[in-house]
Amino acid sequence: MKRLTLKAEGAGRLVPPAILAACAFVLPPLLGAAGAAFLLTQLTMAAYYVLASLGLCALMGYAGQISLGQAGFFAIGGYASAFLCTRDLGPAASAPLARCLDLAGLLVRGADPYGKALLSLAPWLSGLLAVLLAAAVAALIGTPVLRLKGHYLAMATLGFGIVVEKVARGSKALGGADGISAVPGLALWPGLEVTGGRAARSANFTIAWLVLALGILALANLVRSRPGRALRALREGEEAALAMGIDTARYKLNVFVIAAVFAAVAGVLLTHYNGSIGPGEASSTRSVRYVAIVAVGGMDNLVGTLAAGLVLNFLSLRGVFGNYDDAVFGAILILIMLLSPEGKAARAFHSLLPRGKGAPR
Amino acid sequence: MSLLEVSGLSRSFGGLKAVDDVGFAAEADRITAVIGPNGAGKSTLFNLISGGLAPDSGRVSFDGSDITRLPPHRVARLGISRTFQAIKISKRMTALENVMIGRHVRSRSGFPSGMLAAPWARAEERSIRDAAMRAIERLGIAEYRDRQAGGLPFGVQRSVELARALAAEPRLLLLDEPASGLNARETRVLAELILGIRGMGIAILVVEHDMSLVMDVSDDVVVLNFGKKIAQGRPREIQSNREVIKIYLGEDDA
Repeated sequence: MKRLTLKAEGAGRLVPPAILAACAFVLPPLLGAAGAAFLLTQLTMAAYYVLASLGLCALMGYAGQISLGQAGFFAIGGYASAFLCTRDLGPAASAPLARCLDLAGLLVRGADPYGKALLSLAPWLSGLLAVLLAAAVAALIGTPVLRLKGHYLAMATLGFGIVVEKVARGSKALGGADGISAVPGLALWPGLEVTGGRAARSANFTIAWLVLALGILALANLVRSRPGRALRALREGEEAALAMGIDTARYKLNVFVIAAVFAAVAGVLLTHYNGSIGPGEASSTRSVRYVAIVAVGGMDNLVGTLAAGLVLNFLSLRGVFGNYDDAVFGAILILIMLLSPEGKAARAFHSLLPRGKGAPR
Repeated sequence: MSLLEVSGLSRSFGGLKAVDDVGFAAEADRITAVIGPNGAGKSTLFNLISGGLAPDSGRVSFDGSDITRLPPHRVARLGISRTFQAIKISKRMTALENVMIGRHVRSRSGFPSGMLAAPWARAEERSIRDAAMRAIERLGIAEYRDRQAGGLPFGVQRSVELARALAAEPRLLLLDEPASGLNARETRVLAELILGIRGMGIAILVVEHDMSLVMDVSDDVVVLNFGKKIAQGRPREIQSNREVIKIYLGEDDA
């Protein structure tokens, strides 16, 4: 009976986050002892990319709303934080707003790569603002776009991702094709900073994997909750969901914003970790990569997405796929669809298509 | 004042008047049936009441308030539950999860508390589960509760859908051809069930083809033909109504 209760309450959902949290602390000394501590860098980066895929898993796998623009939100987070915390407020230091921010301790003094003194927004604040911006953009474009279904929603979100990439690539303020570099570390806590470099490598691996653990825990909680059930219900038929009192438009928008926030948090943290961001992070091939990982993971499967994401991103970051990196993810998507025509992925993809005429059920 | 009052309701599709100036009422503790030949406008009428479709004219009021143009999810929140002619349940969720969706209107926890697994959200989750289990047991499908709904026998799927509607504790239950696809024995069980639901003080509006079911359970019958109401009365009156016999049962039976 005890077991039954535990199962009913979904205690199993605690296992993946617990494993991730344990790895966060155990892997650095272990890999260090094995002389492979250099792998921590790619494992850290992989964790942030997986975070963006997990958000997409909630949106696409559970709520059945496809998005080919997830990289756009990742880039909005990364770019906005990088932009805000590398602006020199020095010339405007005497302006009332800047003085207020300074007095409140929200500005930091640093130096640009050429040694010029900089007065800029604290990265934790720029990161927070960047995530809020991504959420606001998601709410703004989600409201009209989520009325679309299936192919149409896919195309609209693809268009959004292209807009973000081309704006980043074309904008001088955002560094054009070079992107933004010399992005300072993001202090989460005094002495605990999201930043690159060997000295911070272990700590940053721990940070990244703990963030990932919290992310998957939040989503695992969500899919087992009342709103999560409502999302799964609307995936399988909006008419019935509406008849049961579910405000489908609001639920779709909420999960769209949550997915965007996951991508933006990942974008912010990875940008401060790498110290830079470029327009490639917003590209549609990136978005396809996030989709491919969710598909490999089994669509409505957070743990599958986690595992697929960690493995594939790690291999990709290690350069295993060489020049064929993006091609590999495209091929994976094709294979998933072909090899399991009656399988889970294909069935789930069918459920994304508009119902009615000829749509497989 | 009746619980549900429909007056002057009309809706056309192109040139076709699917529902034409229809009015009737449904009361608590009573079973009202809407019958009529195929294409008489029964399903359209249902969708006009449940909010899936907006009428061209006319009025639907529930418990004294105008619900004519409310979207379906708002109508549901007021205490109107429905089933569908073609079963609409979540095939990839378990029977129990499906029925738990019925509790949506009776629970509140949202995204933040869901993601944080807040204690009160989990307490609410337990009460949702308990209420859903009661509905499932009432329908006698407890043994299927952890099975994927899509793999269940047709009759059980119908019961899952009905349990989901009941779990919402509606004041008005709309049943769209609940006997379609059921065999004679299942239909008899359904009749008992519908009478039992009436006993709970719920108003029931049923659209049905199966005349035996209608005649067995209804307190009041509304007959539609070509979108128009042509008769209304007790089952016995309807059975002997010349016009109804002519258009619905066929002239040979007269």
